[in-house]
Amino acid sequence: MVLFEAVLSGILVGGMYGLIALGLNLQYGIARMMNLAYGEALMGGAFTAFWFFTLWRIDPLASMLFSVPVAFVGNWLIYRYLLTPLVRRAANQDVLEADTILVTFGLLFVFQGVALVQWGGEYRGYTYLAVPLNVLGATVALNRVLAFAAAVALALALYWLLRSTRLGGAMRAIAIDPVAAQLVAIDVPRLSALAFATGGAIMAVAGTLVSMFLSFNASIGIVYTLKALIVVIMGGVGRMLGCLMAGLLLGVAEALGAYLVDPGLTLAINFALFLLVLLVRPQGLFSRG
Amino acid sequence: MVENTWFRCSIAAAAVAFLAAVPLMVSAYTVSLLVSMLAYISLATAWAFFSGRTRYISLATAAFVGIGTYTVALLSDHLPLPMVLVIAPVVGFVVALGVGLATLRLSGVYFVIFTFGLAELIKQVVIWFEINQTKTLARYIFVNASGALIYELLLATAVVVLAGVWWLSRTPLGYALRVIGEDEMVARHAGIDTTRVKVLIFAATSAVMSLVGAILSLRYTYVDPNIGFNSLVSFQVLIMALLGGIGRLWGPAMGAIPLVLLFELLSGTFPHYFSIAVGLCFVVIVYYLPGGVMGLMDRWRARLRA
Amino acid sequence: MSDAPLLAVRGLRKSFGGLQAVRGFDLDVAAGAIVGLIGPNGSGKTTVLNLITGEIAADGGSVRLADQEMAGLPAFRICRSQIARTFQLVRILPGMTTRENVLIGRLFGADPAPLERARRDVDVLLDRVGLADRADQTGAQLTYIDQKRVELARALATRPRLLLLDEWLAGLNPTELQIGIALIRQVRDEGVTIIMIEHVMEAIRALCDHVVVMSAGALIAAGAPDAVLADPEVARVYLGDDDA
Repeated sequence: MVLFEAVLSGILVGGMYGLIALGLNLQYGIARMMNLAYGEALMGGAFTAFWFFTLWRIDPLASMLFSVPVAFVGNWLIYRYLLTPLVRRAANQDVLEADTILVTFGLLFVFQGVALVQWGGEYRGYTYLAVPLNVLGATVALNRVLAFAAAVALALALYWLLRSTRLGGAMRAIAIDPVAAQLVAIDVPRLSALAFATGGAIMAVAGTLVSMFLSFNASIGIVYTLKALIVVIMGGVGRMLGCLMAGLLLGVAEALGAYLVDPGLTLAINFALFLLVLLVRPQGLFSRG
Repeated sequence: MVENTWFRCSIAAAAVAFLAAVPLMVSAYTVSLLVSMLAYISLATAWAFFSGRTRYISLATAAFVGIGTYTVALLSDHLPLPMVLVIAPVVGFVVALGVGLATLRLSGVYFVIFTFGLAELIKQVVIWFEINQTKTLARYIFVNASGALIYELLLATAVVVLAGVWWLSRTPLGYALRVIGEDEMVARHAGIDTTRVKVLIFAATSAVMSLVGAILSLRYTYVDPNIGFNSLVSFQVLIMALLGGIGRLWGPAMGAIPLVLLFELLSGTFPHYFSIAVGLCFVVIVYYLPGGVMGLMDRWRARLRA
Repeated sequence: MSDAPLLAVRGLRKSFGGLQAVRGFDLDVAAGAIVGLIGPNGSGKTTVLNLITGEIAADGGSVRLADQEMAGLPAFRICRSQIARTFQLVRILPGMTTRENVLIGRLFGADPAPLERARRDVDVLLDRVGLADRADQTGAQLTYIDQKRVELARALATRPRLLLLDEWLAGLNPTELQIGIALIRQVRDEGVTIIMIEHVMEAIRALCDHVVVMSAGALIAAGAPDAVLADPEVARVYLGDDDA
């Protein structure tokens, strides 16, 4: 029974990992930018929810009306004014990749620094919907179930958008071949910016959801960036459904590791999975190639 | 040509002799500042030799420095210091070999991601080990090393590292490293075993970082995993190398000297704004100083000639 | 024994996702020949070249150079086994000089030389392809045809028995084209076997002993240049009247 509870809580967290990996896939798979400051939008979303809730008793879900547009615009500005100039300047793809990694690494420290100055380094959390819920005999908190449901619903909606709409089709075309997409009259720069900004907005949603059931602090962004990266690589760059599956897998593996070995070793479990994928299937667990 | 080389060598020898005598002339505080400079000169030079030339950005400097620190913390009670200082770089080399073999066969992104979390990963494992096995987080280092001894050891390391980079740049191996940075596909199709070159140099430069970490740890009386694996170190080394210019022998050193002073000032006066300032420095360097200070000097020189 | 081919490709296959880029490709190349590989864009020519040189791994099939299996070897080993190539989009190392660009082939190719000797050999090679007076310019400063010459020289510096040229003559003006054709012929006369992907029919006619035509990942015609180019089937795939 305890084992079942561990697996269940893994699945619930795994839905969140799937969602953040999906957002990263929009940024890295479609807009082709490796953004190491990706997780900072999650940190921002979490703090927004926290302050809105503790200062003004505003529901965390409502706080997204503020944090999500801010993250969208912020990421759009970063893409448009910090990253696109690098594209124009770069001699080739490798140089561009190195430059974007360096710049977003700098941004990570700026955002984290600002948050540290404003809010200090301690861990925060608040109590929201902490109602015990019975799921097939196991007890889980309602906030976790809500966060999971919201994350999976958003991920599936996004998947549907990419699969079944004109806009999504154009984005997938960019992911496969930006040059060819340009040739068939797809506005690549604009859609890439849109994908990048959407990725950031998703991270703000994830931050709000995470803050409902996990504590967080100013330096939490990196941790989620890293997890998102690992899940994207496990699921396959550009593969949306693969990322969702890989997210669930990571969540379950972490929960089982924490239960069977030691809760202090979650990062080690992340890396073990990552290494395994690199050694066995570097193209991703869920890609056909 | 040959005379010129001899002339340069004697100047370099004189400079090293002078630097070796410095601890006799200055205050203990100055020595400790110089110790930081020498350490970061070695770290930045080693980092740039691999990451600067190949463009595979390693964010694992802190991990290898920490490995050196912890080797000393674990072994200094049981083995003589010189032996510990030999073992530390060997451990760093072996770990880097594993990391490199797993990640450097593939595209650069995997490498970046892996090194990104490596310091944190090792820290977590060490914490887990200490809590479960030794039941304590802190370790004491009982080595009787004066500031002057640490200084001399780091000076020797810096000299060897700079000389090594100078020499390797002139061998086919150093040349292969540059080709990999310019265009890895061309490198493969010109017969370069790119994986082997990358893994070898990554491991060698990581060994240097572990050695520096081991020597620096002699300053501490005690370490815990948060001190040993301080991920800020990766960031500082990176920014120093970028500021100076990564493709040049003296570039990283030129970046290390002013930034050690700046960081010393910042952490003394505005500790809270440290990471914002450092992050901004970073963005500014990438946009406005893409070739580093050395690149800027080249451009000025070219303009003067024109 | 003497008429055994230098290169024998059998049943080469490669798919990308759902797309079969190369489906069961066979090719024999006699030592000393110049073979033209033609076909419309997207027919799989460059993929074949990437498979032979180990840039991408084949799903199946074999590539034998003088009875030695190449399939499955990493690119650098194939280069050291004396198969060299140029690239469809010129890949010059912009931060290195012409001499350094070529030197890598001599230092790491099939017959690696120590640095001093490699430098001397490269200067001879640069003279041969007409680059002697531009040896110290950086790659970024060179004109287009000179960049192409650098690529050829770099490939030759690895001491290949088989040289694969991917649209090496594309984009040259008529005068440069004649120089290029003469250069390729000279390379062959020095004993290097050549496979060239090319759209310039004038060059195919002037140089090739044998032409193979690819369409949609498979070989559809082969033979002497004049006969193949007159084949109505070949004309049809090039014009692509019912290719969609």
